[in-house]
Amino acid sequence: MSGSRKLRDRGTGMGMTVKTVTRWLKGPILLFGIYLVLYGHVTPGGGFGGGVVIASAFILITLTSGELAGLSIFSKGAASRLDSVGLLIFLILGWLGTWWASGYFFENFISTSETAYHSVLSGGTMPIGNLALGLKVASALFLVFTVLSAFQIAGRAIDGLTDPEEQQREDKS
Amino acid sequence: MMAINVQTLIPLFVAIPLGMSLLVQLVARRRHAVAETLTIITLLALTLMSGLSVGQSGIYHLGGWPTPVGIDMRLDALATLLLLVVSVVGLAVSLYSVDYMRRFTARSHFYSLFLLMVTGMNGVILAGDLFNLYVFLEVAAIASYSLVAFGCAHEELEASFKYIVLGSLSSALILTGVALVYGMTGTLNLAHIASRIAETGMSMPLLLAFGLFICGFAFKAALVPFHAWLPDAHPSAPAPVSAMLSGVLIKALGVYVLARLAFNVFGIGANELSLLRWLGLLSMVAGGLLAVGQKDIKRLFAYSSISQVGFMVLGLGLGTPLGLIGGLYHLVNHAMFKPLLFLNAGAIEYATGSRDLRQLGGLNRQLPVTAATSMIGSMSIAGIPPFNGFWSKLIIVLACIESGFYGFATAAVLVSIVTLAYQLKVQRMAFFAALPEALKDLQREPPMMALAMILLAVGCIVLSFAILTGLRDPWLIGAAQQALTAGIFGG
Repeated sequence: MSGSRKLRDRGTGMGMTVKTVTRWLKGPILLFGIYLVLYGHVTPGGGFGGGVVIASAFILITLTSGELAGLSIFSKGAASRLDSVGLLIFLILGWLGTWWASGYFFENFISTSETAYHSVLSGGTMPIGNLALGLKVASALFLVFTVLSAFQIAGRAIDGLTDPEEQQREDKS
Repeated sequence: MMAINVQTLIPLFVAIPLGMSLLVQLVARRRHAVAETLTIITLLALTLMSGLSVGQSGIYHLGGWPTPVGIDMRLDALATLLLLVVSVVGLAVSLYSVDYMRRFTARSHFYSLFLLMVTGMNGVILAGDLFNLYVFLEVAAIASYSLVAFGCAHEELEASFKYIVLGSLSSALILTGVALVYGMTGTLNLAHIASRIAETGMSMPLLLAFGLFICGFAFKAALVPFHAWLPDAHPSAPAPVSAMLSGVLIKALGVYVLARLAFNVFGIGANELSLLRWLGLLSMVAGGLLAVGQKDIKRLFAYSSISQVGFMVLGLGLGTPLGLIGGLYHLVNHAMFKPLLFLNAGAIEYATGSRDLRQLGGLNRQLPVTAATSMIGSMSIAGIPPFNGFWSKLIIVLACIESGFYGFATAAVLVSIVTLAYQLKVQRMAFFAALPEALKDLQREPPMMALAMILLAVGCIVLSFAILTGLRDPWLIGAAQQALTAGIFGG
């Protein structure tokens, strides 16, 4: 019983101030992550860096409002599927290079006009590759965090149930 | 014969298993039959592709970028030999897994991780630069950590944790070596590193890097004294995983990379060869002696793997053409009989629920396919003529004598006798002793498990005939030996 009580306690998250600030910040963090992914080929950043920032927005929600709040926005199943889809898109992009261009895997087969330099569309297949990697990294990092926190909660719940001293302390309180 | 454009095949050795691993997660998460079929088709395709690559070579520039800028993948005779070994063993193991893995839940995760491990190994074999070699090494290693822990029982989790800690330590050594080489040569491309070392010679930091590589890859190959993880990790894993780990992973990640770096990149000298010979001798003797006392059948085979890797490294450490042929031939042979023996052990555990030799006996009537194929595997690994293991060990012994290392030759012969002793122990205790009452009503091996064991046993017999070619063939073992003796890569 103490285990399930602990789960509920943890699910309520942090104080109102932290939650309010997180509510304000999650949008800009997500936007910054998307910017890093999209402009990865012209500014510092890219699929990996941007993906980490996007994942950090969901991790922040989980930390402040509890696991259920994080998972209600980005479920474990969806994250797992997006993780595979992201890498699959990246591989298909590589294969299209072999098929469409002069025969090399990952060859950039979308030509860019000189007027488009330094814009989002100046990288040919690179922004698409960055998007795919961003999707993969964001999903994978969020999944790693969720799974590790689930293990920790489960471990505490089991400890709480099996440790007689803690059980006695819980009962007294 | 139809000409195959090897250029188009090289990246597919990595892309196909990686793509299929993701596809299994996406479309076959709950449809296990689909996951099994996709895995078998993938390994079949990889086997065909490896077969088509025999006798061919090439460098693939990813994205069409030339060598100093882009990432290179390099296919030569040695890489082809290893690709063929990984694919054939992988195919047999995937067939075996169809029946064996039915007792486990979340089987699609198993197939996904299995394909990811194949991706990592193929990537290591084809990598043309040190950093990608390291990345693919980690891909294969992390997949193998998860596969060792797949059953989630106490013993498996403990073995996996030990494997992760020691594996991470070896990866850290390798990464430090990569950083040192990059710092000293300014490049990560293997051919460029080789030509820079040929120009400037081996400085102290490069020698230190080579030492770190020897320690790191000796961990991966489980050479004594870097072997502590293997006797726990290999027996704890499900039998198909043990077969892959002992059969190909320790070779692709350990012995192959060690040989590649030593002969083709750093340009091995007398001192380094001597170090390899002593490491080989130590593993050969210690692994063999430790195997004799084991009661757990899979643990016995795990120690036996350490001993047999010692034979390979001893052959390679001689540095002569005959020694290299012996080492490479034994590598291929071991990739046939050791997975076979682990699959036999898996079939015994599947039928009886035990791996303890003291609780087994009389299984030659109860599990006829396992008994027959196990006899072939045991005779092969023990070096009984005319099986393949006899010829490769004979070549290694002759190569030792040819080079004047009579002590090493004597040790190799004595360890072969020790190998015969522990294999006879397995045969007697598992198959020929009196049948315990509890094992009277056993069911025979399921058909796919039997098929996989027969496939590998036939592989052992076919490889016995390789000696008829004189092993100086221009396609496989002879060509792989020439790739090593040709010395360091050209630019």
